[in-house]
Amino acid sequence: MRYAETGINLEIDLTRGNIEKVATDPRETELYLGGLGTNTKIMWDRVPPETKPFSPENLLIFGAGLLCGTPATGCNRTIVSTISPQSELMAFSMMGGFWAPELKYAGYDKVILSGKSTDLVYLWINDDKVEIRDASHLRGKGAIETAELIKEELKEPKAQVAAIGMAGENRVYYASIEQGRSSASRGGIGAVMGDKGVKAIVVRGTKDINLAQPAQYIGLCNDVLDYIKKRESNPIPGVMPILAGLGSPQEMKVHDEKWHTENFMWGNSRERKRDFWTDEIEKEWTETLEKVRTRLVSCFNCPMECGATISMPGLPTYMMKCFTKLTYTMGAFSDLDFGLSIAQKATEYGVDGFSAPQVMAFALELLENGILTDAAIPEMPEDSEGRFYYLLDKIVRREGIGDVLANGTYWAAKEIGNGADAYAHNNIKKTEQLPLKLSMLNPVYFLMYATGEKFNITQIEGQFPQAPFATKEEREAFVSDWIQVPDEKFKQILLDWEFRGENSNPYYPTVDMSCDIVDWQETMHYIDDALGQCAGLSSFPLKPPYHIHNYPKFISAGAGLEMDPVKLAQAAKRYRTLVRAFNIGRGMRRKDEKPPANHWKKRFPELEEELLDAYYKLKGWNNDGIPTKESLHELGLDYVYEDFVARGILTDGDDVSGEDTSV
Amino acid sequence: MKSEKKTIKTIKIDISKCNGCRACEVICSSFHAAPKYSSNNPERSRIRVTREPLRDVYVPVYAGEYTVAECAGRDKYIIDGKEYDECAFCRASCPSRDLFKEPDSGLPLKCDMCEGEDEPLCVKWCLADALIYEEREEDVEVAEVPQEEIEIGLESLIDKHGIDKVADIVAQIHKSSKPTKG
Repeated sequence: MRYAETGINLEIDLTRGNIEKVATDPRETELYLGGLGTNTKIMWDRVPPETKPFSPENLLIFGAGLLCGTPATGCNRTIVSTISPQSELMAFSMMGGFWAPELKYAGYDKVILSGKSTDLVYLWINDDKVEIRDASHLRGKGAIETAELIKEELKEPKAQVAAIGMAGENRVYYASIEQGRSSASRGGIGAVMGDKGVKAIVVRGTKDINLAQPAQYIGLCNDVLDYIKKRESNPIPGVMPILAGLGSPQEMKVHDEKWHTENFMWGNSRERKRDFWTDEIEKEWTETLEKVRTRLVSCFNCPMECGATISMPGLPTYMMKCFTKLTYTMGAFSDLDFGLSIAQKATEYGVDGFSAPQVMAFALELLENGILTDAAIPEMPEDSEGRFYYLLDKIVRREGIGDVLANGTYWAAKEIGNGADAYAHNNIKKTEQLPLKLSMLNPVYFLMYATGEKFNITQIEGQFPQAPFATKEEREAFVSDWIQVPDEKFKQILLDWEFRGENSNPYYPTVDMSCDIVDWQETMHYIDDALGQCAGLSSFPLKPPYHIHNYPKFISAGAGLEMDPVKLAQAAKRYRTLVRAFNIGRGMRRKDEKPPANHWKKRFPELEEELLDAYYKLKGWNNDGIPTKESLHELGLDYVYEDFVARGILTDGDDVSGEDTSV
Repeated sequence: MKSEKKTIKTIKIDISKCNGCRACEVICSSFHAAPKYSSNNPERSRIRVTREPLRDVYVPVYAGEYTVAECAGRDKYIIDGKEYDECAFCRASCPSRDLFKEPDSGLPLKCDMCEGEDEPLCVKWCLADALIYEEREEDVEVAEVPQEEIEIGLESLIDKHGIDKVADIVAQIHKSSKPTKG
């Protein structure tokens, strides 16, 4: 018997309309765990580097994490893997909600889509019965609307639906997949789903998920619940409100937006409004949110209430979470009422709440600066809000200028030319980032931005405080119950970290310390992404209930794999290296590992090179960011080395890159 | 009129606090698995959450008695402007729906308040406090049914089915039933 996982993947060839249930190899689970880990292994095995995002050979994998659907609190994530049309690298996008556990209850760990359907279809997975059904009547429908229509037509109110809106159908490079209160938004995976002709995947499951050591497992779950209660009633002092508790940033609950509105950039990640947050604004925005927020809502089996049901007057109800609350508001220099209204449309269209507003703000900047002319944007409204609605509609339909903007700022700037690339200034690896522009280089964040392959800082950061505590007493209090550290040395780093003087940014944490901190943070995220655990109870917040000391026990008792912290860190390193190898195969190199040039005002080129050198070394990568023969061998990834040699990426017998390594 | 002490076990369900996470379904089906906690499956849970987020409908309901017949009519309740089907609040395992039936055998499920635990585990796992357990002692008046009333009932059955058949059935029930109170 397989524990925690089902041991079955659903393979759907859309070209031939063929459906197969394929038993998986339990040895792969031992090596790559599940979720992201096994998704990546499949991508490596079956999607060669020549594959284009919109090719029938590209796969679109929906993987439920290894522990999804077990009683582990907050373990509900679907990890979606494919080649991103935007970055042309492996898209790394995930969603919470209810879909992954339902898939497990239906008896499957993954749904693997290949090929392309000529007609628009949806998939109906009802336990053992799997059908490809006509979806032509759903063309152009909103993602949420689609879910409701399908549940009604199947008479299955308990089915879980992951659907795309018009943006996905029209292959917008930052189209999302929406699922009730959750969405997998980064990397344009919705566009790949649209390209494959799949409007939605609908799941209903009524089977058991088994545990290897039931009593131990429930004991661990109860400990986590007790810890959550304790942690939630003792918020961490001395940090901003959204970092004091657990969960995703509690944007739906918290009204105090001083920090975001005054520290994040407005418009096309340009303008900082230092004295924006007045009593008057606070009162107005609080009233806006309270009036339309019907209820705070959770994902499957999780007590955190990170989402909310939003009913704007005159608009259909939708659900929202996290920072999308402010991205449209700040992109358009508007207010919260506007932000929550346009987000309703954007959710139905299915676009990424980080990229979409930046693309629109980018277009307006080009217009202001004469790079785009009025002729290119006929009948454009005068006001900023009107222009955002106008552009959003054009983009999701790929009409006129919308067809160019639908490819994101990087590709749009290339196509527009005439100096437009200077306005696509907030990208890493061709993907729009959070609108942050800061002063002093932070070595830890430099490394995370540069080397991260998740395209989103919130999915890399966490665990270690973002800034030093002001006083010695605060630092001592913080480390006194810091059980999550993998090594005691992290406590000392924090104790010695100061705002000013020798022990401050950018030279403290030192290069080696920064590498260790980033490695710890990234490892925890990668573990979450294989288990299906939400970062909000694990790798993202300070002092989370899940950490490197209890995770191995969860995996042992849940999946029946022998596990300890060293073995777990090694497994995470294995599939993290495989993600890198996949992207290296597609051409990613050190030259691509750069935060936006203007992310910090004060830059230290020498230190930055030193940081990258040291981090690559720690990770077992050569100076060009390519995993070395030695490290690949140590991880049991000799097949990657052989492929690299065959492709001339590494030269046989040494670790020197076969290509020009200039950066 | 006799009276006796009875422990009343109550779960207060505050639907305004339910966030729809279904942890109650997970832990219930896990606790009742054999061996205990060896698997979970909300379909086997003895508490289910009717959850329609876009209409803001969240109703956790516990499995109650099995009933052979479904209701003749179905009422609608409108509470705070939201329309609920009567069945949304009903605890019965009944022929009109799949709820509260073992998925394999179709046998009815019934909440047992997690016998042997300090409190029902769904309550323990509901950190939103939408489910609150309360136990209280109550004096319950036990009314004696006057003998004539039982006689009237039996006579009508005898009229319909004949005395032999009724006597047979009474004998059968007597043989197969465990001793009951009262």
